[in-house]
Amino acid sequence: MSRSDDIWILGIHMTKFGKHPDLDVVDLGAQAIMGALADAGVTMRDIGVMAAGNLLGSGGIAQQLQKQVGQTGIPAYNVSNACATGATALRTAIMAVKAGEVDYGLAVGVEKLAGAGLLGSGGKAKSDGDEWTRSGRFGAVAPVDGRIGTESMPGVFAQIGMEYGHRYGGTSFELFARISEKNHGHSTLNPLAAYTKAMPLEQIMNDIMIAYPNTRPMCSANCDGAAAAVVVNGETLRTLTLEQQRRAVKVSASVLTTDPWQEACQVLPDVNTLTRNAARQAYEQAGVGPQDLDLVELHDCFATAELVHYDNLMLCEEGGAVDFFESGAPFRDGRMPVNVSGGLQSKGHPISATGIANIWEVCQHVRGEGGDRQIEGAKVGLAHVIGLGSACGVHILERSSLAA
Amino acid sequence: MSTVTRIPFVDYLVLEPEPHLIAHECTGCGARFFDRRNACAGCFGTEFTSVDIATEGEVRAFSIVTFAAPGVAVPFVAAVVDCDGTSVRANIINCPPDPEHVSLGMRVRLATTVVGTDSAGVEAINYGFEPA
Ligand SMILES: [Zn+2]
Repeated sequence: MSRSDDIWILGIHMTKFGKHPDLDVVDLGAQAIMGALADAGVTMRDIGVMAAGNLLGSGGIAQQLQKQVGQTGIPAYNVSNACATGATALRTAIMAVKAGEVDYGLAVGVEKLAGAGLLGSGGKAKSDGDEWTRSGRFGAVAPVDGRIGTESMPGVFAQIGMEYGHRYGGTSFELFARISEKNHGHSTLNPLAAYTKAMPLEQIMNDIMIAYPNTRPMCSANCDGAAAAVVVNGETLRTLTLEQQRRAVKVSASVLTTDPWQEACQVLPDVNTLTRNAARQAYEQAGVGPQDLDLVELHDCFATAELVHYDNLMLCEEGGAVDFFESGAPFRDGRMPVNVSGGLQSKGHPISATGIANIWEVCQHVRGEGGDRQIEGAKVGLAHVIGLGSACGVHILERSSLAA
Repeated sequence: MSTVTRIPFVDYLVLEPEPHLIAHECTGCGARFFDRRNACAGCFGTEFTSVDIATEGEVRAFSIVTFAAPGVAVPFVAAVVDCDGTSVRANIINCPPDPEHVSLGMRVRLATTVVGTDSAGVEAINYGFEPA
């Protein structure tokens, strides 16, 4: 049995991001799944494969969610790929559908993070009185984090932005803060964002410094949230209602990469090469170029990260990220709107949900269902995530031309 | 009094005769690794030699970290130092931790600092880089 290998998002949903003290991860994930199934016009009976991600929970989230929304005995994949977990879940479902094993796949990512504080750091200092003992791969006598550079996410991504500035010039604390100001401004139009208040530049710069040049509002916002998507192959889609065909969003490219070895990549994570590789592959798969994109949701886990990804996703010429920002291009009224959702800094970053929520945002626009923040006439958009370590997911999504 | 015994903070720091860092270098492609590898991440070769890393370099990236794990003094300057083509992760030390005193491209050299002394009187010596 052969199937057409075009892949479509039939239904997609994201929960409100923010604090959900009365909902656990299963409640939140189930809310996203029920929303995505309803949006798709199918039930769990139709779903042939499921992939689910949740980093901070107790494990087995896919089966926990099945017990909450429908147990049909289908294969389930519990995936884990740092901040790229959601995109990895989606990619897993897409691969199964594309392989022709099933007609419908379900992907979901969910996280409870509100109040989690800063992630990525850890390790206590040696207590007095003990004798030095070596441990870990460097044979260190005490935790290296903070004593030999930093392992904290804000510090790592600060250096990534600073490295870009060193190579090409033009960066400053204020520039990075203005990128954050843009995203906090964008989120005022997104009712599902964790934070929906604009923040003046001065307030951003004067807030608590976490890791220079990233102050607190320039870091991704820890929050609770979930997102889910139903994917289907084109042959099956063409048997569905005209309304389903019209609202389906074409997955023109679905790419996942890891970082190839580069000098320094094991000293400071190289988030650039794997993003460029993913973007290049995605543009080729989709047959579109960066100039064809109507909007981009990229992984602004820190203000310093957003800058380098303008370049990595080839939204500007190499070395031209500062000029690209200064031209006004990535603002919602610019020629290449970036993170009109508010991005991770303002919409929020419930880790495993992020890689599907950014796709939900793009789908809203290409479906013409973006409400107050609709990018007029949007037909094609790109969603990007990075999981440090590293993994990069890039999806290109296009408006349906079926049943037009 | 007996002399204080000193040990390096990590395996890849050598204290005598002059403090310097060492790395495993792939004999096939020259890639350098500070911890052990079964095969080179760049070319999959399986032969390595030990090489000394230059003790001077320039700051290629830095952050002034204000929030860190318990027991770590903040603020501190985390950096990547380009030592003659080999990237090294380190703190910038003997320098005020502010953007007025630390800059991209700044010349630095390896320096050592005492992490602490254990119950047997052994000093653990760490490395950092200071303005050259
Ligand atoms: Zn090699």
